Amino acid sequence: MRSFASLLMATMLLTLPAAAPAADKVSDGVVRIGVLTDMTGFYSDLAGPGSVLAVQMAVADFGGTVLGKKIEVVSADHQNKADIASNTARKWFDENQVDVVVDMVNSGTALAVMPVAAEKKRITLLSGPATTAITGEKCTAYNVHYTYNNWSLANGTGREVVKNGGKSWFFITADYVFGKSLEADTAKVVEASGGKVLGAVRHPQSSSDFSSYLLQAQASGAQVVGMANAGADTINTIKQAAEFGLTPKQTLAGLLVFISDIHSLGLGIAKNMYLTTAFYWDRTDATRTWSKKFQGHPDNKKKAMPTMVQAGLYSAVTHYLKAIKAAGTDDADAVIARMKATPVDDFFAKGTIGPDGLFRHDMYLVQVKTPEASKYPWDYYTIVKTIPAAEAFPSVEAQACPLAVKK
Amino acid sequence: MQALYGQLLVGLINGSFYALLSLGLAVIFGLVNVVNFAHGALYMTGAFLAWFGMSQLGIGYWPALLLSPLATGLLGMVVERTMLRRLYQLDNLYGLLLTFGLTLIIEGLFHHAYGNSGSSYPVPEALQGGANLGFMYLPRYRAWVVLVSLVVCFGSWFVIERTRLGAYLRAGTENPRLLQAFGVNVPLMMTLTFGFGVALAGFAGVMAAPIYQVSPSMGSSLIIVVFAVVVVGGMGSILGSIVTGFGLGLVEGLTKYLYPPAASTVVFVIMAVVLLFRPAGLFGRER
Repeated sequence: MRSFASLLMATMLLTLPAAAPAADKVSDGVVRIGVLTDMTGFYSDLAGPGSVLAVQMAVADFGGTVLGKKIEVVSADHQNKADIASNTARKWFDENQVDVVVDMVNSGTALAVMPVAAEKKRITLLSGPATTAITGEKCTAYNVHYTYNNWSLANGTGREVVKNGGKSWFFITADYVFGKSLEADTAKVVEASGGKVLGAVRHPQSSSDFSSYLLQAQASGAQVVGMANAGADTINTIKQAAEFGLTPKQTLAGLLVFISDIHSLGLGIAKNMYLTTAFYWDRTDATRTWSKKFQGHPDNKKKAMPTMVQAGLYSAVTHYLKAIKAAGTDDADAVIARMKATPVDDFFAKGTIGPDGLFRHDMYLVQVKTPEASKYPWDYYTIVKTIPAAEAFPSVEAQACPLAVKK
Repeated sequence: MQALYGQLLVGLINGSFYALLSLGLAVIFGLVNVVNFAHGALYMTGAFLAWFGMSQLGIGYWPALLLSPLATGLLGMVVERTMLRRLYQLDNLYGLLLTFGLTLIIEGLFHHAYGNSGSSYPVPEALQGGANLGFMYLPRYRAWVVLVSLVVCFGSWFVIERTRLGAYLRAGTENPRLLQAFGVNVPLMMTLTFGFGVALAGFAGVMAAPIYQVSPSMGSSLIIVVFAVVVVGGMGSILGSIVTGFGLGLVEGLTKYLYPPAASTVVFVIMAVVLLFRPAGLFGRER
């Protein structure tokens, strides 16, 4: 009991210096959330308007206010351009009193906004970008990387597929930073798990025809063809792999595949493929309840189930708002400290945010169902394995982030 | 060596799409004198109409092969009658700007309605499966694409270059007034010709639907290459665009075998070289 009392005293003492600015607990009398995403481009179905909706739902479910002040949501299209992203964020911070910028699907835009936010002492919550540099050498003190990163995707799919007997690999890789780093990360994991990489072919981004790359993959005789690309490129690779009779002799392994991709391909083409995801709507009662609410929302025009990016964003924003409430202020330093100190436990995931800003939680290796096995709309995945947080994400010590080293 | 054969065959398949699309462009430029930047968007429209027919109205692939180009062609004729027609007196550039604007609008509308990931169109049952050629597995549908493209391309070439109707069409570009004096309704002919070129784009769209994902951006990723094909072949040259379409497809296939990352640029390198030595293109005439 005494230790509790002293802890209480210590906490009160600690919060004392913060008491002065707490007079104006919420800056400008409003908490403004800026959703910066791809509204019309390659990633607009997996993030885009659905991301904005997820944030609006998070705010509504929180009650629309925090500490008695209104919560507002603004959004903008970054068009997948780093300069537009950083300029929009700067304008939001300087003129519109935006407190937190969220989403930023596409690593390039995320890396452009993070330093701006850090300079202005505003928080960034990333759900969508994948590069490991975000919480590695490019990490900032005001950032949380929430849903997944390349490391978790490579480890999830790479290790588990090798364990299940897929020993030899061939990569079809998008010829830019994201693709190459995803291929390198996965190849490392495959080899470390006892598999072998037989070769790789690099294709220019947004190629519509993959037949020649698929022929090379076929000729390699590899058991597994890993697709280190994303969006439309992945969709066309999968579609044409079926056409050229690659599958079912060889197995496809999707390294970054979303449920929206599977939906647009159809199970007849995507069946049996392995992929790693942070979220599947049909996993538990809680995920089902939330996802059906998302799907049935009047603003969800396409009546699509949420992707992991959108579900992660809801969870991240809720965690942020809870931190404001607990800290009694929207001051970025206090809120980010509170977010990192408080574990997350909701329908999306259980886990903690490390000093490097990476949210470590369970990931899921899933296999796409066959059309015969799918019983109702959006019944797409069988969860093959739950990958525990410790295996799904790099440890804090393994990160190249300066924040992670100093204690 | 086996891999090389495979790549060349794949190149030929891609070449047949280039040929089909650049043929439409060449017809429109050669006979109506419009640089139709909306060609890619109309190709996408053709694919979407086929998909829409299949998923909403139960119209299968075979009727779509006829209906979708017809509908796309009609759309083209409406555009020609209401907008393009007014620009014939002006420089080519105005037509290019108009069609470019149309592209943005059409793609934007489809994007708004269907999102970016697009939808899957199944391969028709009769053309499913494929044959093992020893050096590669050739899907039956791809063989069909090459065959149809060859027939349509050389059929169009024959009609335009070797028949009386074709002679009228060519005369209409050279000297519309004189032709009109002979009692030919030139404006109507122009509308129909433009409609035919656009229908070719729609036709290519239906052919492409089972292979590529039907999505709003499917046209814009192809159109630039197709323009390069037309420039290399010689703006407005029908035979040039057909031969170059197949030829550049093959070269691209070869590049994918030798050095894949250059595959998307090799067409433009060739274009630059051709422009240096033959500014009118391989088959073009100096105007």
